Amino acid sequence: MDLRYTAPERAFRQELRNWLAATLPGVGEPPPHDDWPARRAYDLHWQRLLFEAGYAGVDWPAEGGGRGSSPVEQLIFKEECERAGAPYVGVNFVGLLHAGPTIIAEGTAAQKERYLPGILRGEEVWCQGFSEPDAGSDLASLRTRAVRDGDDYVVTGSKIWTSHAQVADFCELLVRTGEERNRGITWLIMPMDAPGIEIRPLRTIAGTTEFAELFLNEVRIPVANRVGDENDGWRVTMVTLSFERGTAFVGELLECMRLLGDLARVAARLGALDDAGVARRFGHLVAAFDALWALTKRNVSEAAQTGIPGIGGSVFKLSFSEHAQALGDLAVEILDRAALSADPLDGPDGSPLGNADQLAAWFKSISLTIAAGTSQVQRNIVAERILGLPKARR
Amino acid sequence: MDFRVGEDQRELAEGIRAMVAGRLPLDHLRAREGDARAIDADDWAALGETGVFALTLPEPTGTGLSMAEAVVVFEELGRALVPGPLVGTFLAARAGVVEGAAEGRVQVGVHCAGAGPALVEHLGSLAALLVFAPDGREPATLLAPVTAEGATRLDAPLDPLTPLWRVDALPAGQPVPGDDDDGSLSLSLSLWRDGALLTAALQVGHAAEALDLAVAYAKERQQFGTPIGSFQAVKHMCADMLVRAEVARAAVHAAACLADAPDVVETEAAVAGCTPEQLVDRSLAGAKLLADEAALGNARAAIQVHGGMGFTWEVPLHLHLKRALVASTTFGTPAAHAAALAAYPGATT
Repeated sequence: MDLRYTAPERAFRQELRNWLAATLPGVGEPPPHDDWPARRAYDLHWQRLLFEAGYAGVDWPAEGGGRGSSPVEQLIFKEECERAGAPYVGVNFVGLLHAGPTIIAEGTAAQKERYLPGILRGEEVWCQGFSEPDAGSDLASLRTRAVRDGDDYVVTGSKIWTSHAQVADFCELLVRTGEERNRGITWLIMPMDAPGIEIRPLRTIAGTTEFAELFLNEVRIPVANRVGDENDGWRVTMVTLSFERGTAFVGELLECMRLLGDLARVAARLGALDDAGVARRFGHLVAAFDALWALTKRNVSEAAQTGIPGIGGSVFKLSFSEHAQALGDLAVEILDRAALSADPLDGPDGSPLGNADQLAAWFKSISLTIAAGTSQVQRNIVAERILGLPKARR
Repeated sequence: MDFRVGEDQRELAEGIRAMVAGRLPLDHLRAREGDARAIDADDWAALGETGVFALTLPEPTGTGLSMAEAVVVFEELGRALVPGPLVGTFLAARAGVVEGAAEGRVQVGVHCAGAGPALVEHLGSLAALLVFAPDGREPATLLAPVTAEGATRLDAPLDPLTPLWRVDALPAGQPVPGDDDDGSLSLSLSLWRDGALLTAALQVGHAAEALDLAVAYAKERQQFGTPIGSFQAVKHMCADMLVRAEVARAAVHAAACLADAPDVVETEAAVAGCTPEQLVDRSLAGAKLLADEAALGNARAAIQVHGGMGFTWEVPLHLHLKRALVASTTFGTPAAHAAALAAYPGATT
């Protein structure tokens, strides 16, 4: 039980901090959230800068072309990037955190050579075609069908919650090739310029457009684009999950801490902190976010020593998502009628209220108990896999 | 950085658990419910022999361990519902201010509610009493022997294993030796901090044991022809209990690591944008707050999972709930810690 960083870890932090300080001023402001071509260009440019500096794929093993950093260095990387206000991973999310690691673990030599450099160098964007309108929490019930026809699979069906589909080059696609639930699924690489793909953007409650629905009508995908064996796609997908090193929500957690500080300063100016009940809610969130930061370090330490993040991931997500929502609810309450608009507004003393940021975070927090496993599914996982309670029909 | 619970620390916890199971099983402890003396002097001495009060003292008196080990040990004591003034005796031993505290030959209490009319725990069996200001921000005093004006033992203490006395006033004790040297609060404050941390560790123990009891019951108890643990409504309560316990434990362990390592405090304070002193206070307040809530919340939830049986005197869940409530009122209430923590977010960055 030791929070001390080693000398190499401290050196890694310092070197990264120097690089961020020198690099970030030239990166510029991010484009508007719904200008997808501009966002693609901005996010890829940032990835290119990371690549040139040797920071691309800190969490990728060296054999995949990554930096092969330890989980603790990955934590430091995310911490420093967030604290310095570096761009988010953005459209590179699926490539860097999911498709790339999957190809490293399960892809052929040819697939690795073809796809990995494009992700690391910030040249190609990936999206994810896993969920379907009728297969959400119960992903293994997915029905998008792939039928073998010579050297191709012919794929028909629909996918949903496909982030960045509008600007993606490839899609990691789960398709049904057999009848058995999770032993009838295959993992394919779908080029997004293949004929038969229709993309329909979905608008979120925040008004943002990162999600899309995909309609696939007899899309031909070469058999050579299959990662892993036919009908082995479920296992292939699960392998990637083990790439998670307990750092999944580091950026989001630190962002919440920053927003809490911003909100506290606004609340103090508005006199809202004079209310003892409001003050205690702030204090409670300080305690919760600090504890979640400690839990992150525990999970990362576990991953560093054992290769798996232990029980911490679901525990972390359940608690974090709840407290992020509590922060959002507190912000909306304190901003009062200024929460009714995402246009930047000033308070009575003329200083900015930060309502646009807080409102965006409030909306995001609402998605946190749904995305990447609803809190209800997470509780089932915790209860069954960690506490050993009996499984039941759902 | 390796923030896992270490192998040695796990073994230490197992050792304490085995010792308590052998020497201080719950049936034995519960035989004293309602007594003026919550734990037998021999049992107290057995805790002393095990080294519970002298963990952080240098050898040969103690075992030369740090607060990280102390919180692991105190979590086990909370789990096992070991009664008595555990924290006060540890603090007295740590400060070296009461002869025999380290060995468990005497009991030393703590009182954190000022000197006015108040309720004092375990008063009848105490050789000395450490008196703190409610927020630990004034010099502590040591009252030995413990004499109090109009001390009356209460007939109906909340926790049957925490006897209580009502006192009209506590006499002015002696300043805690060591505080006087430079007029600073250094020793008083560090004792208060250690006390808060160890009390938080006891609370994590209550939270963890309540969880284990609830999960065991949910696996065994059958209704509608199936274990109640197969119902999602019950599963989700248990999952939430685990979350509360794990988050609180991480907070307590982090605070213990900071207590042990001034260099880490320096680094982390710089990152968090506060002073090292503030960082230590902040980590302690957060740990105590979350541990109090985890203990109270999990005891309540475990009673619910047990249904009617949970409401009986026989099932020990009420003892965890009651002990947790007692502990939540010492070394700062949850409300006081939450209020103190409100000062931090606006001040940082």
